[in-house]
This record gives sequence, structure tokens and C-alpha cells, in this order.
Amino acid sequence: MRIPILKLHNYLLISIQTEIDDHTAIQFQEDLLSKIHQSGSSGVVIDLTSVEIIDSFIAKVLGDVVTMSDLMGAKVVLTGIQPAVAMTLIDLGIHLKNVPTALDLEQGLIKLHQELGE
Amino acid sequence: MGLQSCVNINKEWDIVGARQMGRDIAREIGFGTVDQARIATAISELARNIYLYAETGQICFEVIDNINQKGISMIAIDSGPGIRDISQVMEDGFSTSGGLGAGLPGVKRLMDDFDIKSEEGKGTEIRALKWVR
Repeated sequence: MRIPILKLHNYLLISIQTEIDDHTAIQFQEDLLSKIHQSGSSGVVIDLTSVEIIDSFIAKVLGDVVTMSDLMGAKVVLTGIQPAVAMTLIDLGIHLKNVPTALDLEQGLIKLHQELGE
Repeated sequence: MGLQSCVNINKEWDIVGARQMGRDIAREIGFGTVDQARIATAISELARNIYLYAETGQICFEVIDNINQKGISMIAIDSGPGIRDISQVMEDGFSTSGGLGAGLPGVKRLMDDFDIKSEEGKGTEIRALKWVR
């Protein structure tokens, strides 16, 4: 299973619609980084509206991919984290402090525009 | 006590299978969406621990239906290497796998009741319980 990555101008858009297992998460990390490299995208939005569970492993993969993309020069914003997911993450002790987030895809794109000064 | 259902954990995908089963049971008993997410996440952490450290094991669910209380009980059992220092793994931030170290203390916070027994070289048994509010 691979998560599709869409290109829109100089941004990449990802909407995670499936139950993520560990392998899919790692595969996604690799796919996103090589897509950033190929396309030269400066911004990425990962929309998590349909994701019902984020456990410590998936949280780590998502946090890492934000840091990795940042190293490459691309900004990542996570959007649409569900209330239940946010509450569960805090119970787990995961704060994803340095990860930019926004309410939804639209707000995420606005945030990218601001951060990248475009 | 209600019927018991079990999932074997042998491969990575079983982590997903276990949390889906737990979530389905939680929904049927009447847990709200937030508690369903808490239960499914706790199962995911327990199943991953089995897969990472013991390779194989089992997670069983039981529906508790008392006169005044309903809940879900889960037991994660493996015959892996066991845990030498339980108080250490129950500390926030402790991890041997390079993960976030959220594992067991996180599970304890997600559930209402949590109990761990482990013997080095023999295995680990974790029981966790959540009541419908």
C-alpha cells in the first residue's frame, strides 16, 4: 500500500485516507522525501482528517518526516488532526512541539504561504 | 464476563488487525469516539511491543458487563525476553527501541486500570481495562 502524493504548483499535497501500518508509514517517509527532491517543492501539506489513530510509532514517523523535509529545505504542515487523536497523543505523552499544524487543508495552505513568504 | 476474542501477533500487519478488533468491540459496547481512539491506540502500543521484543504473542479482549458497569478488558501475553526492571519501563521517555518511549506509561494513562507482570527469560503479561463512562 502506498500513500499518493499530489503536486500542486510548488506544493505537495497528501491526504492520508487509509489505516496506516508501520510499513506504509516508512514507505511514505521515503516516497515524500524523494518526491520533494524530484519536484523541488518548497511546501508540503499532510492532511490527517481521515486518520482515526496515531500511535507513538506513527507519530514518530510523522515528526521525523517534518524534520527531514526541513533539512532538505521544504516546510511541512500537518492538518486536520481529529479531536480524539489530539487527546490520545497528549495522553501518550507525545506533544509534536516543533511540528507546524493547521485546522484544515485550506488553513494549512495559508500557513505555508505565510511561512514561505510567497 | 463476556466472550473472549483473541488476536495472534506474528507480523507487523497484526498490529493493525488487533487495534481494529479492539476498536470494533469498544464501539459495540458503547464507548465514545475519543475512548475508542484511546483503546485502539493502547492496543497498538501493546501489540507493537510484542512484535518488537517478543516477536510473537497474543492479545485477548473480554467484554465486562456488570449490573452497573460496562467495560473492555485486554490481556497482552508473550513468551519473549521479559522485562528486567519494570519501574524503568514505566518511566516516561524510557525506550530501548529508539522510539518515543511513550509505550507503557502512555498505555497506562490511556486506560483506567493497568497491571504488568514480567519475568526475565519467560515473558510478559499486561492487563489493561477501560470502563464505559
